Amino acid sequence: MAVRRFLSFRDFDWALLGLVLLLCAMSVLEVHSATVHTKFASFGTRQIFWIGAGMVGMFVLAKIDYHRLLDISPWLYGFFVLSLVAVKVAGHKALGARRWISFGSFQFQPSEWVKLVLILAVARYFANLGGRNLTWREIFKAFILVGVPMILVLIQPDLGTTLTYAPILVAGLFLGGINLKQAAILIVCGAILIGGAWSSGKILKPYQKARLTSFINPSNDPHGSGYQVLQSEIAVGSGGVWGKGLEKGTQTQGYFLPIPYTDFIFAAFSEEHGFVGAFFILLLYFLILMRLIQNAQTAADLPGSLIIMGIVAVLTFQIAVNVGMVIGLMPVTGIPLPLMSYGGSSVLFTFLALGVAMNVRMRRFVN
Amino acid sequence: MALSINRGEKLSTIKLTFVQYGILLMMLGLAAGLWRLQVLNVESYRVLAEQNRIRKEPILAPRGKLFDRESRLVVDNYPSVTCFLVREQSRNVDADLPIIAHGLDLDLDQLRATLHHYRSQPGYQPIPIKQDVTADEQAFIAAHRNELPELETIDEERRLYPRDGFAAHLIGYVGEVSEDDLNNPRFAYYEPGDVVGKAGVEETYDELLRGQDGSREVVVDSRGREVGYFGIEHAQPGQDLRLTIDNDLQRAAELALGDRNGAIVAMDPRNGEILAMVSRPSFDPNAFAVKIDRTEWNKLITDPDHPLLNKAIQAQLAPGSTFKILMSVAGLQEGIAQNMHIVCNGGWGPYGYYHHCDEHHGAVDIYNAIPYSCDTFYYMLGDKLGIDRIVKYADEFGYGQKTGIDLPGEQAGLMPSPDWLIKNFHHRWYPDETLDVSIGQGAVEATPIQLARIIGGIASGGHMVRPHVVFPNELPADFYKSLQDSFPGTGDAYVPIDPANWDIITNGMFEVVQPGLYHTAGADGLPGIDFGGKTGTAQQMSHEALEKTNKGRATFPNVWFVGVTPRRNPELVVAVLWQDGEFSYYPARIGAKVVEAFVNKKRRLAGNLPPEKAAAPVDVGAVWTEPDSKPGAKSASAPRIHSGHFYVDGNGVVAENVPAAKARPQHEARPASAQPDTNSRPGSNARRGTNPRPATPVRNASELAALTPERRKEQ
Repeated sequence: MAVRRFLSFRDFDWALLGLVLLLCAMSVLEVHSATVHTKFASFGTRQIFWIGAGMVGMFVLAKIDYHRLLDISPWLYGFFVLSLVAVKVAGHKALGARRWISFGSFQFQPSEWVKLVLILAVARYFANLGGRNLTWREIFKAFILVGVPMILVLIQPDLGTTLTYAPILVAGLFLGGINLKQAAILIVCGAILIGGAWSSGKILKPYQKARLTSFINPSNDPHGSGYQVLQSEIAVGSGGVWGKGLEKGTQTQGYFLPIPYTDFIFAAFSEEHGFVGAFFILLLYFLILMRLIQNAQTAADLPGSLIIMGIVAVLTFQIAVNVGMVIGLMPVTGIPLPLMSYGGSSVLFTFLALGVAMNVRMRRFVN
Repeated sequence: MALSINRGEKLSTIKLTFVQYGILLMMLGLAAGLWRLQVLNVESYRVLAEQNRIRKEPILAPRGKLFDRESRLVVDNYPSVTCFLVREQSRNVDADLPIIAHGLDLDLDQLRATLHHYRSQPGYQPIPIKQDVTADEQAFIAAHRNELPELETIDEERRLYPRDGFAAHLIGYVGEVSEDDLNNPRFAYYEPGDVVGKAGVEETYDELLRGQDGSREVVVDSRGREVGYFGIEHAQPGQDLRLTIDNDLQRAAELALGDRNGAIVAMDPRNGEILAMVSRPSFDPNAFAVKIDRTEWNKLITDPDHPLLNKAIQAQLAPGSTFKILMSVAGLQEGIAQNMHIVCNGGWGPYGYYHHCDEHHGAVDIYNAIPYSCDTFYYMLGDKLGIDRIVKYADEFGYGQKTGIDLPGEQAGLMPSPDWLIKNFHHRWYPDETLDVSIGQGAVEATPIQLARIIGGIASGGHMVRPHVVFPNELPADFYKSLQDSFPGTGDAYVPIDPANWDIITNGMFEVVQPGLYHTAGADGLPGIDFGGKTGTAQQMSHEALEKTNKGRATFPNVWFVGVTPRRNPELVVAVLWQDGEFSYYPARIGAKVVEAFVNKKRRLAGNLPPEKAAAPVDVGAVWTEPDSKPGAKSASAPRIHSGHFYVDGNGVVAENVPAAKARPQHEARPASAQPDTNSRPGSNARRGTNPRPATPVRNASELAALTPERRKEQ
């Protein structure tokens, strides 16, 4: 394609960025509140640095044509699958799981990056199929594409991240042209497989199973797996309509809430800012997602739409699972809340993903 | 490669709209979940959050202290720290155990055994590993909080009892409330884990002594670390009680009985106040204040001499010749005994079975029957009276009935009667049996407290009183009422005795301890003290059976002495029981010592006796209050109260420069403000100066007994 592409930051989605930064401000506020009386008191400031770094990454990624990214996505895919194997062999063991590779002082957690690479790879795969009806062979290939990294991450073991790969595949299949009959068959097969994996006891570790089941009745085991769910529900519920005020959440400040600055930050926020605050956060998420879908709709081509919809799928899944967990509707899986939870990997991934989405939007009039 | 990407297609708008509605639905679902928690159920979660961060910690009410009749401290509380181990909080308990054992001065194997014992308990269950943790060990725990997070301490107030079982049976002891007690409606106000009185005054007056526990609302984090506290509901301390016992007389009685198996009751027969109560063998109530060792407990309950039994109120034994006082009252009041002039030829056997007398007393009448304790006279008197009239008098004076003393477990004794015999043994009363009853044998049984009440009452002209160990007018009225209902007994009673007969009996009792042929305790009189009494020797086996066996001490008769001073309208009655004591003038000598101590104290207080010569310091136990040498000065200067391990000299003044015992933590005197400078008391200073010898620690009752006045004179 020798056509010179016209692009301008005027087409950058400044409204989306505004919503995202508003959410980030909430995140910094709550991370600070939840950690100010602990030894992690610097996390609020560090979160600002991560957001800054994420913004830089986002603008850089926005500059690179997403078609270029799609072109190199098979290489990226291969590289990250290999690095996942490397993590398993030579990784850093933290909290009983190998998820990190150290390069000197720099620690590298490939499983977060794999998410982005998978979004690209899946978008590329289904875009090439052209949106027509899928054959079983094509569906099977898609499963292999997503399944290999999933299994590699699952054996790290990191159940939460593994699960976030699934919506990429689901979104790809749904938008890529699976028909109703195939979907029904897949759901039935999936149910049988999951049931088998559950009862075989080899794929999921007991603590993973316990975490998955304790949300159904957390009071059965108030000091074990159910403890986190129960404490989280107490935090959210006791917040009431208006909340207890910043740095005044007894559950958050009193160490009752587990890790209130990462996985349970929504509980901490809900306790200190009440239903009003929590609803505001949900509203922000909703607006961001709608804005992204609108971008997908206005994208110049199918792969651009598929990329954005992959991002939407991952973000939606993370929000649903994390908020659901916090309010006791979902099991504890260790999935962070995008843009809210403290943590470099999570913040960087989200901003880079948004960068790719911006990328697509900026090139919507190019062709 | 890029060429292969299909750019012509677009995503269908329907699918994207579908996704949008899906996301909207999800968001609404999450919002509904939030609504459910934060709006609909906010109150219940608020309650849960409050419970989460506010833990109610009990503040244990200090138990009421016990004082003697002169407000000298007898039973105190002391702060004590118990160390617990919480396995859940440890990374590796087994690896820590040697360090813990070393730091807390515990035996490693025993510590392991303790943990093994609790192995089936959940990990968060605190396991008590050491009680009475010393300051050094507390410092060890505090310093290793990070390395040994499994160690926790709890502050408690513990009971501090006098050592060597001083008044142990009267005071009783405390322990954790048992499962059975909790099911008993009487203990409705108890909760599991409560410390309750288990015997003696501690049990009877538990309701007053225990106070009301308070609580503190502690703000904690989820690791249970205290970050502050909210409300505080102060504990109401238990009521202090003033006992009727006199420490000086109690101590004299303890020393007099020594380690002989028996009991002493000293009572004021005018009002029933118990001045001293001793039972032997004794036990250390402090062993119960801390959790009692199993082997120690087994030793206590399997001891054939029953150390836990308060023999003063629970030993039911044949009263022997002390019963002859009642026989004399009956015989004189019925007009029979005055006219009896008999010849004792060593016994009498009108019903085919010969009943022995100890001596051939020759001519005996009522005037010398009491000092001789002539069985022949009382066989004949009993035969003339008949069992019905004996039973009538015995019932009136209270044989076979509880006295109603405010101590748990009092026994009623037994007064046999024809009705009783038919009901229990289904045969008629045989007149020969009356002869045995007449000398206080046969089926007759009495307790020391009963004898003190009855014989004190007879010496008081028939005015009998209800014995008690706490001043009733210092108790809440409704409590006293329920107390009287809980401890039914003969109580206060008046059985008129003709003054002439009263004279005959009390004079006879005086003669018992005066020198004279056949006088049973002729060597035990106290010159210058109007003192009378009656001995008793109750055989445990018949003369014939005794000759066939050689079972040693266990076959020796139980011996009694009940003494009064002065002989009429006495101020003191003392009942002494020595089981297997063999000769009745032994308990008479013991009783005389108590009487002597009582009279000497009165005289000293009245200034009629020079201060007692200083004697070797005696280790009296954990709590001691120095006697005030100045009469009437009690209110002017607070008494010196000591608790801890120390020694007192013969005047009860605490000796200085005595090394503190290592076995027990030293508890400083309290209250500090009530401790005047000793130099301002020249009297005590001077006496202390005359003490040439260093103190010898006394560890048990037998050594205490060895420090009798005779031995002190040698020093």
